[in-house]
Amino acid sequence: MSRLKVRVWRGSGEGRFESFEVPRHASQTVLDVVTYIQRVLDPTLAYRFACRVGMCGSCAMTVNGIPRWTCRTHVDVALKDRGELAIAPLRNLPVIRDLVTDMTAFFDKWAQAKGGFQGSRTRREPFHAIAPEKESRKRVDAAIECIGCAVCYSACDVVARNPGYLGPAALNRAWTLVNDERDAARAERLRAVAGDAGCHACHTHVSCTERCPKQLSPTAAIAGLKRETARAALRGEL
Amino acid sequence: MSAPRSRGHAGYWAALVHRLSGIALALFLPLHFWALGQALRGAARLDQFLAWTEQPLVKVAEWGIVLLLAAHLSGGLRLLALELLPWRSGHKTMAAIAAGISIAIGLAFALAL
Amino acid sequence: MSAPQGSVRQQTLLWVAQRASAAVLALCVAVHLATLIYAVRGGLSAAEILARTHANVVWLVFYTVFVLAAAVHVPIGLRPVLAEWAGWRGRSSDAALLGFAMLITWMGLRAVAAVFA
Repeated sequence: MSRLKVRVWRGSGEGRFESFEVPRHASQTVLDVVTYIQRVLDPTLAYRFACRVGMCGSCAMTVNGIPRWTCRTHVDVALKDRGELAIAPLRNLPVIRDLVTDMTAFFDKWAQAKGGFQGSRTRREPFHAIAPEKESRKRVDAAIECIGCAVCYSACDVVARNPGYLGPAALNRAWTLVNDERDAARAERLRAVAGDAGCHACHTHVSCTERCPKQLSPTAAIAGLKRETARAALRGEL
Repeated sequence: MSAPRSRGHAGYWAALVHRLSGIALALFLPLHFWALGQALRGAARLDQFLAWTEQPLVKVAEWGIVLLLAAHLSGGLRLLALELLPWRSGHKTMAAIAAGISIAIGLAFALAL
Repeated sequence: MSAPQGSVRQQTLLWVAQRASAAVLALCVAVHLATLIYAVRGGLSAAEILARTHANVVWLVFYTVFVLAAAVHVPIGLRPVLAEWAGWRGRSSDAALLGFAMLITWMGLRAVAAVFA
């Protein structure tokens, strides 16, 4: 049986890579490797996972420099351009320990971007039907599948350089609500996502879209927000 | 931790080239205006300056500046397209086309020199 | 966190100004480069340049617009570079950029006057 050399980040902010050797299998994911290390080699290794089948996004980590879902990353794919595997926690988030990051800031920014739906009807009124063919609905559908895994946030160089930047996920979610006819908080939301901490900080590196495991495009959403906020500003509504 | 590899894809390079060329042009612009302002002192002064620009090193620098201008313009057009037009997944192609156009313009200038 | 640089509306309008001036510059640069390539062909002397440009109103207006568009575009473009690469944010950064805008305007219009007036 062949072996695989793996380097895993240990510690908090001040930490270092530790080397392990694990058995190499034909069909093996990076999560399999991490799980093996924790169960067999070092029980003190801290990491997150839940569904292990590419639905929840909990297992997101930095694999050979790229943020990915480890349960959906085959070791073969990760090794393609490098001889060894290096596993680290997601970038742009404080490290609690080893491979576990503190996601608080990520979700706080979601709230700051007014990423929550605000309805205006009560149960006594008929519900607001929106036809699936409507263009605004299609724009929402294209962006709605985000599960908040923070891969895009981790991939973004602007998040790294601009601590206040709301980030691709929060802005993407805000975009789905800006296009949601039922939502009553449009004006506030445009104000929340505009400016130096909002959509205007995006430099269109497109790293977020490149890395999103659900093939979403926060870049497109942010471009949409730039257009909408510009319109609002020129009309004096911002 | 090792440097992140979100780098190394088309959009990242396009943005970096755009930014670096922009900075270079921003620094060049005051120099350019100063040189032209020399004409205020008469044709003779401008002639002196133009004579200096005939040196090969200066010619290369001029070519470099035109290349930077073309690169920055192409990158800017890519940006305007991504921000204002409906989303297409061909943004990598756009970055490549932008690069191609800037090289073409640079070559045209070089050949004309 | 440092004091916000102007309101969100102002920051949005900066973005609008940046894109608008970019569109103007795209046209101006295209014309400028084409003219340059045409002029450079035969080599040029000061007398030759100035002969073609002196008291030429069309080119005067064109290059004035060019200078003003650049004076808007360059400082706004440098703003995120200062913030992200030099960590320079806040009112002092905005003040410095405004100063740079005025420098470009002054030197640019001076050059335009020198060549086209």
